[in-house]
Amino acid sequence: MSEPVRFSWRRLRALCVKESLQIVRDPSSVLIAFVLPVILLTIFGYGINLDASRIHVGVLSEDPGPEAIRFVAALSASPVIETHLASARGELDHALAAGDIRGYVVLQSDFGARLARPDATAPVQVITDGSEPNTASFVAAYIQGVWSTWLAERAADRGATFAPAVELIARSWFNPAALSRNFIVPGSIALIMTIIGALLTSLVIAREWERGTMEALLSTAVTRAELLLSKVLPYYALGMVSMLLCLLVAVWLFRVPFRGSLVLLLLYTTLFLGSALGLGLLLSTVLRNQFNAAQAALNAAFLPATMLSGFVFEIASMPAPVRAVTYLIPARYFISSLETLFQAGFVGRILLDDFLFLTASAAFFLGLSALRTRRRLD
Amino acid sequence: MLGRLFTLIRKELLLALRDPQSRRLLILPVLLQLLVFPFAATLEVRNATLAILNNDRGAEAQELVKRLAAARAFPTVQLVTDQAALTRTIDEQRSLVAVEFPADFSRRLQQGVSAPLLTIVDGRRSNSAQIALGYVQSIVQDYAEERTRAAGGEVPSRIVLRNRYNPNLEYRWFLLPSLVAIITTLGSLVVTALSIAREREQGTFEQLLVSPLTPALIMLGKTVPALLIAFGQALVIALAAIFVYQVPFTGSLFALGVCMILYALSLAGFGLFISSLCGTQQQAFLGVFTFMVPAIMLSGFVAPIENMPAFFRGIAWVDPLSHFIVILKGVFLKNYGLALAWPNMWPLLLSTALTVSLSYWMFRRQLA
Repeated sequence: MSEPVRFSWRRLRALCVKESLQIVRDPSSVLIAFVLPVILLTIFGYGINLDASRIHVGVLSEDPGPEAIRFVAALSASPVIETHLASARGELDHALAAGDIRGYVVLQSDFGARLARPDATAPVQVITDGSEPNTASFVAAYIQGVWSTWLAERAADRGATFAPAVELIARSWFNPAALSRNFIVPGSIALIMTIIGALLTSLVIAREWERGTMEALLSTAVTRAELLLSKVLPYYALGMVSMLLCLLVAVWLFRVPFRGSLVLLLLYTTLFLGSALGLGLLLSTVLRNQFNAAQAALNAAFLPATMLSGFVFEIASMPAPVRAVTYLIPARYFISSLETLFQAGFVGRILLDDFLFLTASAAFFLGLSALRTRRRLD
Repeated sequence: MLGRLFTLIRKELLLALRDPQSRRLLILPVLLQLLVFPFAATLEVRNATLAILNNDRGAEAQELVKRLAAARAFPTVQLVTDQAALTRTIDEQRSLVAVEFPADFSRRLQQGVSAPLLTIVDGRRSNSAQIALGYVQSIVQDYAEERTRAAGGEVPSRIVLRNRYNPNLEYRWFLLPSLVAIITTLGSLVVTALSIAREREQGTFEQLLVSPLTPALIMLGKTVPALLIAFGQALVIALAAIFVYQVPFTGSLFALGVCMILYALSLAGFGLFISSLCGTQQQAFLGVFTFMVPAIMLSGFVAPIENMPAFFRGIAWVDPLSHFIVILKGVFLKNYGLALAWPNMWPLLLSTALTVSLSYWMFRRQLA
């Protein structure tokens, strides 16, 4: 080349217009940026409830006496337990295997008699469905709760004091009702941004290579910076608009509190989109094949953002090597800052850490994909 | 006829496996996921930090602090000295749960009145926090019960707890069977949906159409390779679950095989249906996503289906993943044979029949 090609704003604008038209004209990008977020937020807002709120529990009482009747009544009165009375153990075993109930309670025929005797204790058998470990521990905890209230009331009726001497008063800061929605909705916004940022862009450069339009593009005077920016800016704009939509839906439809500053939210979204777009473009540039780039983006961006980001699974509970891996996942910092911005408002120490890591990863991925973008055909 | 079909299948498999890059992308992620996810995905709370603010110098408070500090769930216990420090440690997420002893805690207990104990959890992570709070609760309860017993009070009843199918409630036993379904879903849906879209985008679909293959054969030719890939991936994960992660396998191997084929078919049905709506690979990929993410979220893997409102339970019923996860857990842990699996098999058959005939109709319509 005789004369070095200089960066031109006009060319960049033209390329951006072309890319934006491609986005707007393809129904799938609208689907992913505006329809999927609403579907996902609806699922997370209404559908997913980690606080077990309706548990089916079978009850078999072999004792017709008043004590057993009172215990069963206490179980049925619990707002979270839905009791199913059975007349034989086989029935319950079958229902447990089929997953119709998540546990069952058995009171043996001598339940009342043993309660009355001072030298014996009356067992309450609880069998849970261990194939759902989380629900199983809820079942055990709820039944235990009913049991101790029943015991205390029974003692009070007889004039004895059986007060649990320590009374636990639980307070949940930031989220007084401990609604799982309040942390799941902000987390799912990070997931949506990952989908828009990394998955959508993983296809765009590969598409140009596959269709042969990249050769056409490279034969023009376009510079590396123009090429990269023309791919980043339109998708960045799409991501930001989608973010605002998510914010509106989260706050107005799902009543998730947003206590932080909007400016900070936009700043952190920008940083996160920077690394997501960078990763998507990097995969697209390196693999040059839409199918492979899509598969790779799924594995490099989407799955880590769901499994290793602290969105559903607590990072602190993971073993050390896996925990070390999570430090490399940008979604981890974005989710942490979203949690803070939505529910706490401003916590300097957390937001500063998140800011540094997100900036570093945005610089890393964008820089790397700039390095790998060559104006060459090989 | 069969020869032609076989040729098409061979071509598809070659396309998927010939290129080393594509081959790596079908195998490596599965291995990585198998290596990381079983360790990452846990709903137990470990390594959490508990903050304790003890305003009481009495013996009872000391004893309870000692017990809390010894708890396995909280390897680090942070003793704070004032309210401000307690607020800070929760705010900055250095502790998940904090316990505050009021100054008269021990005195009240000695007097035989019930003593309040204040606990504060970080509601930003309310799920983990609730679980951690449960640990605190059981420690406190044990302590209270011991005191009652020591004071000569009798506890007339007790709970005998048994967890069937998974005595120690190992989360991995739940996770790995579910992972068989989820990882397979990712792989095979993308393969089916994108393979037709790729042909369309590159213009080779027309070539296929002018070949002597009928639309049904083309669809079959696209389905079988995806089926084989899904089956292969599922097998790898199932074997790893049994032999590497030692998840018990109690049910019938035959039932597992039948259900795997059924599920792979149903995925292929959804994949074909999505691709029949799409013209480009981008559309197919994003279409797959729009189907898959809700399918995973509502499958009962993330949260139990019975907790969902009726509308979402309806959607979960249509979701093939939710049935397959029930079957997989059943076959692994609950000694399922075909008879027990059947209530979850026929919905799979139904959705397969529906999606396959819908996409067949769509293809025919596009040809006309």
